[in-house]
Amino acid sequence: MTALGRRHPKSRESIRISKRDKMSDNKKKLNLNRVSMPKQSPEERRHNFSEVALGYAEDQAAEEADRCIQCKNPRCMEGCPVGIDIPAFIRAVRDGEMEDAVRIIKAKNSLPGICGRVCPQEVQCESRCVLEKKGAPIAIGRLERFVADWESKNALPDRPRRSAEFQAGKRVAVVGAGPAGITAAADLARMGHQVTVFEALHDAGGVLIYGIPEFRLPKAIVRSEVEYVKSLGVTFELDSVVGRLVQVDELLKNGFDAVFLGIGAGAPRFLGVPGENLNGVYSANEYLTRVNLMKAYRFPEYDTPIRQGKRVAVVGGGNVAMDAARCAVRLGAEEVHVVYRRSEAEMPARLEEIENAKEEGVIFDFLTNPTRFVADDRGRVAGMEVVRMVLGEPDESGRRRPVVEKGSERIVDVDTVIIAVGTTPNPLLPGNTPGLETTRWGTIVVNDSGRTSREGVWAGGDITTGGATVISAMGAGKRSAEDIDRWLREDGPWSR
Amino acid sequence: MASGNVILNEIEAPLIAKKAKPGQFVILKAGERGERIPLTMAEADPERGTITVIYKVVGKSTELFKNLREGDSYQDAVGPLGQPTHLERVGNVTCVGGGTGVAVLYPITRGLKGAGNRVISIIGARTADRIILEEEMKSVSDELFVCTDDGSRGHHGFVTEILKKVLEEETLNLAVAVGPVLMMKLVSEMTRPYDVKTIVSLNPIMIDGTGMCGGCRVLVDGENKFACVDGPEFDGHKVDFDQLIQRLGAYESEERESSMAHRCRLDR
Repeated sequence: MTALGRRHPKSRESIRISKRDKMSDNKKKLNLNRVSMPKQSPEERRHNFSEVALGYAEDQAAEEADRCIQCKNPRCMEGCPVGIDIPAFIRAVRDGEMEDAVRIIKAKNSLPGICGRVCPQEVQCESRCVLEKKGAPIAIGRLERFVADWESKNALPDRPRRSAEFQAGKRVAVVGAGPAGITAAADLARMGHQVTVFEALHDAGGVLIYGIPEFRLPKAIVRSEVEYVKSLGVTFELDSVVGRLVQVDELLKNGFDAVFLGIGAGAPRFLGVPGENLNGVYSANEYLTRVNLMKAYRFPEYDTPIRQGKRVAVVGGGNVAMDAARCAVRLGAEEVHVVYRRSEAEMPARLEEIENAKEEGVIFDFLTNPTRFVADDRGRVAGMEVVRMVLGEPDESGRRRPVVEKGSERIVDVDTVIIAVGTTPNPLLPGNTPGLETTRWGTIVVNDSGRTSREGVWAGGDITTGGATVISAMGAGKRSAEDIDRWLREDGPWSR
Repeated sequence: MASGNVILNEIEAPLIAKKAKPGQFVILKAGERGERIPLTMAEADPERGTITVIYKVVGKSTELFKNLREGDSYQDAVGPLGQPTHLERVGNVTCVGGGTGVAVLYPITRGLKGAGNRVISIIGARTADRIILEEEMKSVSDELFVCTDDGSRGHHGFVTEILKKVLEEETLNLAVAVGPVLMMKLVSEMTRPYDVKTIVSLNPIMIDGTGMCGGCRVLVDGENKFACVDGPEFDGHKVDFDQLIQRLGAYESEERESSMAHRCRLDR
């Protein structure tokens, strides 16, 4: 048996005691350096789609968990949008009580394998860790991931299941199987409701399956966490486009007591410059969907093709731009440029992903903006005119506004361009749902609990905020689930 | 059905059949490794719970579709997608179809006839055995012209030659054209001087079909539209057909590679 595996209760007891003895040594020095996580080398990973970060081994996880000083008033929990009891699960990891660790996390978060990998912990839980001020914060995300990966290898017989307490036969429809919808569905099922998730694509996961690449989030993890949600009694209806195949009003009329809309902000934004419709110019959504959902990187074994560019330009500076650039590297591009109109300091992408991209040879052209795309004689993109930008006065968001430097136009050679400048809410469903209040940006208007202007209809995630993070969508799904449960129990009047 | 490589599939899809309207399409995926292919429905029968698609075998995916036997399943069928045809009484209408485009044209023609219009239909194909749905088109048209490139049936020549005559002799209030892009472009160019509003059903490359990727974007009146949610039908006088033709050729070499690899495996 391994140190952190399941073992005979008696032997576990003795090991635990010996560990506690060690812990009681109060003179133990505070370790300010986090245990680093093994990664595939850049030279190696440039050529494959396998996961870059390999995860902690058992001894590494235990060592990192041992750094946690178990604060009485843990601030890290305030930074977690779903409120995981972080010190408790870390203590369980430290003590080798892996089943406890799983239970503690899953009490709040049904998708730890995903969150441990893709949450921006540096602005959430880890940013509040007291060690952050003195040195490196506890690697909470890596430990969460370690627990999730342990669980997937050691299926728990008594992991959290449906609540027997409330089986009133209430039915909830969840529209969209992305992070918000899956979280809401899992929580509602555990509260005892009958949940059906309607998903437009042929696979569940939303951005987790079509957007975030395999090398950052293996699809097997998404599948196994979706399977866990199914084990709670949630039904998934794939290939079901709400707004076309069925309307929200029909769901409410045909037996659903409540509807949660977690449909994301999936419509791509383009630059609106000449030449953007040339062949070889993609939206990041299209490029990533071809690569991740349709597995175009395995063409012709898989049937969906993709342009395997030699000189690729990715326009934008967010995580989606990093993902697209790193996919292009793996598809064999000789040169991949990230073209961003502001400077490195303003980039919204996670620092870790920017570093990963740099290690893999992605070139960054800061303060650069495309103004048009140039065609070859067959209508394919062959060049990109860019201008230099200078940073001017701060705008409403507080970031300095980039201004074009006159006369700085130049043409660079490219054969593939990926536009990653953000997404907007897809109007397909809101446009087909009378009485659903939206803003002028197309987002659905909700109150703090996710209630919309329509009785019995909640919304959360990117469709209410515009493009944001996976975990904030999960937090919104969680808050809505609590409110849906409350409303269904009380059956009170609809008020916002 | 017509001989050669034109295939009709009636697919059990009761939910889609209940909602589908003329002009809308479905996305089909044959198997686990398949790609998502958009096909406009030729028929939707809510009572039988079936939808019908008619397609020409042009590459690997349609080859896979063709090899499905009665009783087999598509792994995925998504729909109905796109905007339905705007069906209203406008007066004199001409419906022009080429090749398998007639499959898409038929439900539109039936709808326009049902709305009380006088319908003159013109359908064409390369040879007589490639003409599809002739009887069906006849039953929903006041007049039907058939054309073949080789003269083996009906008028010897292109549908546009008949259209020219109709435009000269009749006062038309609406034209609908469905078929190869070049044919839709020519029809639109012919009706423009007569100021006859012309609807075309476009077939750009699509992935999701729900507006999330923009792969199907077409320039309409100088503005980008997504054919999957804003279309697939547009005003033919406003469509940039040359750009559409260019975009349809984006994966020519990959399509060849895929077909070749598929055939090699079959031959083995």
